[in-house]
Amino acid sequence: MSIPEDLKYTKDHEWVRLNGKTGLIGITKFAVDQLGDIVHADLPSPGRSVKQHDPIASIESVKAVSDVFCPVSGKVVRVNLNLAPSPETVNLDPYGDGWMVEVELSNSSEIASLMSAADYQQFTAGHK
Amino acid sequence: MSLWFDTARSHRITSLPGHLRRRAPLLIDVLPENDLVRHHVNLSRKNLCVDSSFYPLGSCTMKYSSKAGEAAAAERGFFQAHPWQPDTEVQGVLAVLAELQADLAALTGMDAVCLYPAAGAHGELCALKAARQYFRLKKDTGRLEVLVPENAHGTNPASASMAGLRVVVVKMNSAGRVDLPDLRAKLSNRTAVLMLTNPNTLGLFETDIESIAREVHAAGGLLYYDGANLNAILGRVRPGDMGFDMVHVNLHKTFSIPHGAGGPGAGPIGVKAHLAPCLPGPYLTKSMFGHVWTPAGTESIGRFHSAYGNFLNLMKAWVYLRLLGDDGARRVSLAAVLNANYLQEKIKQILPVPYGAGRCMHEFVASAQTIKENFGVSAMDIAKRILDEGIYAPTVYFPLLVREALMIEPTETERRETLDHFVALMKLIVEEAAAHPDRLHDAPVRQPVRRVDEVRAARHPILK
Ligand SMILES: Cc1ncc(COP(=O)(O)O)c(C=O)c1O
Repeated sequence: MSIPEDLKYTKDHEWVRLNGKTGLIGITKFAVDQLGDIVHADLPSPGRSVKQHDPIASIESVKAVSDVFCPVSGKVVRVNLNLAPSPETVNLDPYGDGWMVEVELSNSSEIASLMSAADYQQFTAGHK
Repeated sequence: MSLWFDTARSHRITSLPGHLRRRAPLLIDVLPENDLVRHHVNLSRKNLCVDSSFYPLGSCTMKYSSKAGEAAAAERGFFQAHPWQPDTEVQGVLAVLAELQADLAALTGMDAVCLYPAAGAHGELCALKAARQYFRLKKDTGRLEVLVPENAHGTNPASASMAGLRVVVVKMNSAGRVDLPDLRAKLSNRTAVLMLTNPNTLGLFETDIESIAREVHAAGGLLYYDGANLNAILGRVRPGDMGFDMVHVNLHKTFSIPHGAGGPGAGPIGVKAHLAPCLPGPYLTKSMFGHVWTPAGTESIGRFHSAYGNFLNLMKAWVYLRLLGDDGARRVSLAAVLNANYLQEKIKQILPVPYGAGRCMHEFVASAQTIKENFGVSAMDIAKRILDEGIYAPTVYFPLLVREALMIEPTETERRETLDHFVALMKLIVEEAAAHPDRLHDAPVRQPVRRVDEVRAARHPILK
């Protein structure tokens, strides 16, 4: 399973792609494989502020409803409106078009607490 | 059946006012009996049910529902009792309800029982509302958090949200039990309730329950017992004695009433004395004239169901307890746990049981993860293949702690031969997964419907 090098990861299987002051957030291929077919994504409204590791969205698959925890603190500036009509995008392209929210970071030092691709690879290998 | 139910005749009853009479009889009342019987028999043959096969659907306790309950519920005096008949005319009905309340209180170790809720989830909502009211009356209104273990049934967090409370998830430890340090870290003066089922959804007894109860009470919170797994401990240990303040019992599980077909289920709740005034009313009390309905006080959360609740189902549970007696109730849990352990030991030789190192209670969870990795055959494929053999499938993908979960609960009402047959079938299917994976991908082929497209149904629901 290839894990993009340029992202940071959480133990709850979210990723964040940093872009200056903001970060794009989604869930990993590992999470998607666990969940199975995603049928609905419940996303927040732009403007909402979140603390690191607080629930920011919930996703529903045929197996379960799961929370998505925000890897960083900040304010939601954009959500992926395409997921409402096409939730399967998360299955098809979890690291690309399947992104969920964009957050403006309020504390960039939190990044240091997240995992690199190599660390995450190792973390999921031992996660059965 | 009375004249009034036969629309072929009742539409001509001239003593009824015109606007209450049918213009024409229902089609069902003018069809020949043979057509009607064939229609219903053929419909029933499309179904797999406890009357047709073994039904090891974990967490659901699909025990056989004895027909004695149906017979009693079909007695005219019960069947035709009207919800608003004067109390004096339905003393038999009220006596059944009063005795059932007393039985459930005794079996759960609670002080007061409320029979209104129509299902387990409805009971959860009712009890959480009562808990909220309890804290409101104590002017302790900051308690809005409900702690729920990560392997809880989905109704627990859903009921908490419906009651306007916030869900806080508590981790499980590597032994598959509540992680005490994590629980401790999450308890605070915001804690309203910890919801727990014991044995838990992995089929393991929460051996730390007394410490858990002590910690929750020390933090000022209440303990809620999700009675979905009561079958494992019936007559042996009581939620009330473990420290729980509230409980629901699913009469369609432990108390053997039908899960469907016979109408909705029933999920009575029980509470300790301090919560009793918050229960929905009216209450059944005993006066010099017999059993009477008494309005609830101002501390009650109000009504939760019309009339008596799902009376005929409550009635069937009452019959079941009469058939069992005290001794029988204890034999239920003994045989349920014995059957599950027998099956666990056998299935372990076929599929991994990740938390199966020790004894289970009334159910256990196997994993198809290695089969999926090696042969591309999932828990769902296995479940569908089982259906083709005319047996119902285990619960799949729950609890989420086990990947590719197959949750198996035999219940106490199955013979050893039935369990052996299931084991042989599982062995065959797992061998088939390696040799002919497509047979599993294609299953079911011998049922009235093939694979239903659950994904499309969920993504594009057609609700009308
Ligand atoms: C552990 C657990 N809790 C709660 C419930 C909810 O009960 P009900 O289906 O009666 O609403 C279930 C039902 O399957 C369950 O298994």
